[in-house]
Amino acid sequence: MKEGVTQKNAKLVRILVFVVLGMFGFGYALVPLYDVLCEVTGLNGKVESSAIKEVSYEVDKNREITVEFMTSLNEATPMVFRSEINKLKVHPGEYYTVNFYAENKTDKVMVARAIPSISPGAVAEFFKKTECFCFSEQTFKAREGRTMPVRFVVNPELPEKYKTITLAYTFFDNTETSVKK
Amino acid sequence: MSAVVAEHDDHHDHHDHGPAKGLLRWIITTNHKDIGTLYLLFALAMFFVGGAMAMVIRAELFEPGMQFVNPQFFNSMTTMHALVMVFGAVMPAFVGLANWMIPMMIGAPDMALPRMNNMSFWMLVAGVLLLASTLFMEGGAPASGWTLYPPLVLQTGKALPFAIFSVHLLGISSIMGAINIIATIFNMRAPGMTLMKMPMFVWTWLITAFLLIAIMPVFAGAVTMLLTDRFFDTSFFDAAGGGDPVLYQHIFWFFGHPEVYVMILPTFGVASTIIPVFARKPLFGYSSMVYATAAIAFLSFIVWAHHMFTVGMPIAGELYFMYATMLIAIPTGVKVFNWTATMWKGSMTFETPMLFSIAFVVLFTMGGFTGLMMSVAPVDFQYHDTYFIVAHFHYTLVPASVFILMAAGYFWLPKWTGHMYDERIGRLHFWLSVISVNVLFFPQHFLGLAGMPRRIPDYAVQFADWNMISSIGGFIFGVSQLLFLYIVIDTIKGGTGEKVTAEVWEEAAKHSLEWTLPSPPPYHSFTTPPTVIPTEHI
Repeated sequence: MKEGVTQKNAKLVRILVFVVLGMFGFGYALVPLYDVLCEVTGLNGKVESSAIKEVSYEVDKNREITVEFMTSLNEATPMVFRSEINKLKVHPGEYYTVNFYAENKTDKVMVARAIPSISPGAVAEFFKKTECFCFSEQTFKAREGRTMPVRFVVNPELPEKYKTITLAYTFFDNTETSVKK
Repeated sequence: MSAVVAEHDDHHDHHDHGPAKGLLRWIITTNHKDIGTLYLLFALAMFFVGGAMAMVIRAELFEPGMQFVNPQFFNSMTTMHALVMVFGAVMPAFVGLANWMIPMMIGAPDMALPRMNNMSFWMLVAGVLLLASTLFMEGGAPASGWTLYPPLVLQTGKALPFAIFSVHLLGISSIMGAINIIATIFNMRAPGMTLMKMPMFVWTWLITAFLLIAIMPVFAGAVTMLLTDRFFDTSFFDAAGGGDPVLYQHIFWFFGHPEVYVMILPTFGVASTIIPVFARKPLFGYSSMVYATAAIAFLSFIVWAHHMFTVGMPIAGELYFMYATMLIAIPTGVKVFNWTATMWKGSMTFETPMLFSIAFVVLFTMGGFTGLMMSVAPVDFQYHDTYFIVAHFHYTLVPASVFILMAAGYFWLPKWTGHMYDERIGRLHFWLSVISVNVLFFPQHFLGLAGMPRRIPDYAVQFADWNMISSIGGFIFGVSQLLFLYIVIDTIKGGTGEKVTAEVWEEAAKHSLEWTLPSPPPYHSFTTPPTVIPTEHI
């Protein structure tokens, strides 16, 4: 009887410790699961992080959508960053190129990364980019300024209710972490 | 007979002749009553530490403008107040009650794993001390709110890794406590104590313990990701490296929402224990109480994003989390209905534990209703991060969890000490508390609806009047709690001198086993299992 309870306790503790370790792993598994779930359900407004091939759509000349461009800098990132135009009226299916200008204000080499965001979030899957400076880290020489193009198209299947799309970029200074790597 | 006796065969003298002598008794003890006492006293001490931090907050908010502290320290106070109250006061207090009461309620001689029990208490102390030490570090204690959201929390100074390791220690301590409770309840019940004969307090703790082992590791993982983001160049939450700060919120609230039920389910258990005794009736709907508790625990895992309605979720997500959250009102409503029905036509008397329990039923229901308001996604955009949410969760924690802990103190102190507390001072404590807690928190609903944001040291002048009233309520509430401290000390020293019986409360022994033991119970109780299982509570 005595032995019985001790053994039962030990067995139960083993199982529960296993559950605890499993849940710790589950916490980490949530990181990819979160992306997978968003992709499967199409619930997120995440922007594609690589270029797509240029395919031609049927241009819908009757529809006009306003695309707004926003630029911002994370914390005290020492840069100048702006888009050449603030907004553009586009026809779905037609390709457009918009230039952005970024400049390193320091006397050192800087590695920076632009993170895009599209709102409304549901539009993200209809907004396709064939070229963007946000697809990879950008290296700027000391005091270097550069004009960088973004080429995009709005898929004509975009639901009728969307009239305005806002494309926002934030530049992050990654010099320190990139140098370490 | 039991694991405890078996385990201690090698050092007989310790277990067979009562407690060790002197201070060392408290450090090396493996006795569930000693460890329960340690937990309860530690929680009481932390209740006053966290309370002192709340006094700093209310003093600063007494008038508009900057008065006493700088904004950084103010935000440290809101953060530390929450962490200390959640992890240092409310959770340990319930673990203390579990240690004292579960073995006595199920007819077991001790907890299943007494040495781990000792270890989990001392890890808690280490964790809280580590957390407290951050107050004196360069850059100050964490000031990001208890949710520790990145990127803000990553701006914490030297304190960040210490705060994170303290969360790890507190988590390990809770997990060990939870494993111990599950093992005790599964393996140590007296013959005849079937699961569906267990007192509600035991049931609610069993379910809470499962919540804890499921969520604390996830929280430990989330803060570990913060740690590696800050120091090891990972990018879980860092947008610059392709991470997403919103991911942290999802992981945090996967832990955070069940966590609030970790604090409220044992509260339900104690209320379900006290109300039948003073209504002199069996608990109404025992099995529905068990199923409602399990339902609430299950639902708590699938509603987390209702804390994040404003992060920019798609409409389908908002709708799902809104309806799922509203579902929780059903099992919770079952419970409130059952408590009311237990009192219905009962021969009620209004001793202090019952007064606190009735106040709990009324005021918790109010906190529940404001929760229901915020579950409505479109209106939550108005309430989010305002004083309305502050009022809501304080109603579900202070006049609910804290009041029930007070009730538990009054209810079981005579059993623990063998002395009766002073009923007049107890009632004075109750009335001061119940009035001041409403003066303290009710106006915060108005402030929130009018748009006052939480976690700010200064505010626009239109919020001045209600803030002043709220602060006055806060000061009265804070001072009133010293009465409780007095009563605890007084009762331990001998109380009114009245001799208490084993039952203490009229016919309490019909409800639960602990009342069949003498008051105070012997150091080792139920070394032979009880033969008669009370069933009045069913």
